[in-house]
Amino acid sequence: MKHFRKMIWPYMIWAGIIVVLPLLMIILYSVTKGGNELLNIQFTFENFKRMTEPIYVDVFVKSFKLGIISVIICLLAGYTLAYLITSFSEKVQSVLILVVTIPMWINTLLRTYAWISLLSDNGLINTVLVKLGFEPINMMYTDFAVVLGLVSDLLPFMVIPIYTSLSKMDHSLIEAAHDLGANRFKTFWRVTFKLSIPGVLNGVIMTFLLSISTFVIPKLLGGGQYTLIGNLIENQFISIGDWNFGSAISVILAFIILMSITFMKKIDKDEIEEE
Amino acid sequence: MSEVLIELKGLSKNFGDQQVLKGIDLNIRENEFLTLLGPSGCGKTTTLRIIAGFEEPSHGEVIFDGVDIAKIPSYKREVNTVFQKYSLFPFLNVYDNVAFGLKIKKMDKKLIEHKVKRMLKLVGLEGFDKRDVTKLSGGQQQRVAIARALVNEPKVLLLDEPLGALDAKLRKEMQIELKKIQKEVGITFIFVTHDQEEALSMSDTVVVMHEGVIQQVGTPEDIYNEPENRFVASFIGESNIIEATMIKDCLVSFDDYEFECVDKGFKNNEAVEVVIRPEDIDIVKPKEAKIKGKVSSIIFKGVHHEIVVETKHRDYLIHTTDYFKPGLEVGLKFGPDDIHVMYRMDWENGGN
Repeated sequence: MKHFRKMIWPYMIWAGIIVVLPLLMIILYSVTKGGNELLNIQFTFENFKRMTEPIYVDVFVKSFKLGIISVIICLLAGYTLAYLITSFSEKVQSVLILVVTIPMWINTLLRTYAWISLLSDNGLINTVLVKLGFEPINMMYTDFAVVLGLVSDLLPFMVIPIYTSLSKMDHSLIEAAHDLGANRFKTFWRVTFKLSIPGVLNGVIMTFLLSISTFVIPKLLGGGQYTLIGNLIENQFISIGDWNFGSAISVILAFIILMSITFMKKIDKDEIEEE
Repeated sequence: MSEVLIELKGLSKNFGDQQVLKGIDLNIRENEFLTLLGPSGCGKTTTLRIIAGFEEPSHGEVIFDGVDIAKIPSYKREVNTVFQKYSLFPFLNVYDNVAFGLKIKKMDKKLIEHKVKRMLKLVGLEGFDKRDVTKLSGGQQQRVAIARALVNEPKVLLLDEPLGALDAKLRKEMQIELKKIQKEVGITFIFVTHDQEEALSMSDTVVVMHEGVIQQVGTPEDIYNEPENRFVASFIGESNIIEATMIKDCLVSFDDYEFECVDKGFKNNEAVEVVIRPEDIDIVKPKEAKIKGKVSSIIFKGVHHEIVVETKHRDYLIHTTDYFKPGLEVGLKFGPDDIHVMYRMDWENGGN
């Protein structure tokens, strides 16, 4: 086995160049002033200080609120879907899982434009409503549109891990619970759900990560006034050109995500140890 | 004899177009250790699962304490199961696994603790409360599974090949222990196994099953000494099975001779089968017996020698503590008690 150890070196170098190095660059950018020469670096915490300005704090709060709402909806919808899928025969299950993952093959941009054509003021839904004699509803550029876009985008990331943990569950444990007097409802909460917690946490972490850093969906479905962390970072790098401030935001976001993941893993562990 | 607790009436079960149970009628009494014995696919596990409530019978009734429970879900039945692979909850420790059923019933905490502790003591796992069940040995997991089922004080404990995953020595120990536990708690145990030795050594009643049909019900002694047909005779222990003709009551003919026996109630000249256990045949001098032959092989088996004697019509298997040289001319002798007459099996492939 030791012999094969050498073989990981190309990968280590590759990962170093494309993952670790850029990460270090971002951290470096976040603690320096703009317009630095390579040999004359000026360190500063100014970038982080700027983040405490109410306008930016608001962006963070809004992003987290939206992220959490999307994750909760994804969880409820995703768990139900995964649970229903496992009740079919194995053949049907693999087809259904395929159906769930098909949207992931399509570019996010395209999918988001599809939502626009459905939700816009003279889009499909409103056209039908007007034809039926109802007032058209303004859906574009609202929280509703952004959450809808996010949920439809992220649902597979919730369904797959939950489905995986449900489908590999030992069915005799459910029989054992029934045998010991637990009805269907109690069996679900005391056994099935408990066994699926690792899948749930993986799904939550994944969808939360993706929803908090998204920028395409809020930009297209939320309109110009809708700024989330992702958009903020994008603007700093692409439109404004303040790479240092953009890096600082990224570092803070990464830190917050890291903390949330650690927190969730701890819940997972406590959950198991508590009983 | 104690009272009948469970009555299976005309129980049948189909999976698709395959009929795994073909009309099972069986009475199970209070406080008895009953074993369903048979090769895999004989329907023993399905019968157990119907009693537990995991399967619904296609036809027939399951009368429990005078009530038909065939359609009542498993969580409302007064039976508990020890599963083949134990099926302990991996996310709970030993104490909480055992307490699961009592917590579902919302029993008082103090009472739960008292009952769980007492049960852990009974199965020899005192002080294991906080242990992680996934880190226990097979034998210990087995004990947790038994405690988890028994703590609910069921009227019947169902055991689905619970010793199958244990090694030979542990298996023997658990056999003795299970029997002890059964005596101590004084309830009905229904035990499923394919191991005839296990069935004979533990049970009050053995039910031999084959291809979805009950072949024989009886005490271990009955099953061994008076098998009702070729399948039972060959499945339980080793035996010489001989096609014969019943001349009249207490007289049977095979291998060109007529022999006195103790069996009655067959038709005159009915085609039957005779079973003679290998340990019931004595090897004597040729002139002292009707059947004569030649020793063709002898194998040392520890307690006895396994000898094959070649005769005109067939090879006889004999167990004896004496040694006979291969090639020796011998006579085979057995008394009327040693001959057990059985009905001929009316289907094919029934045993060997």
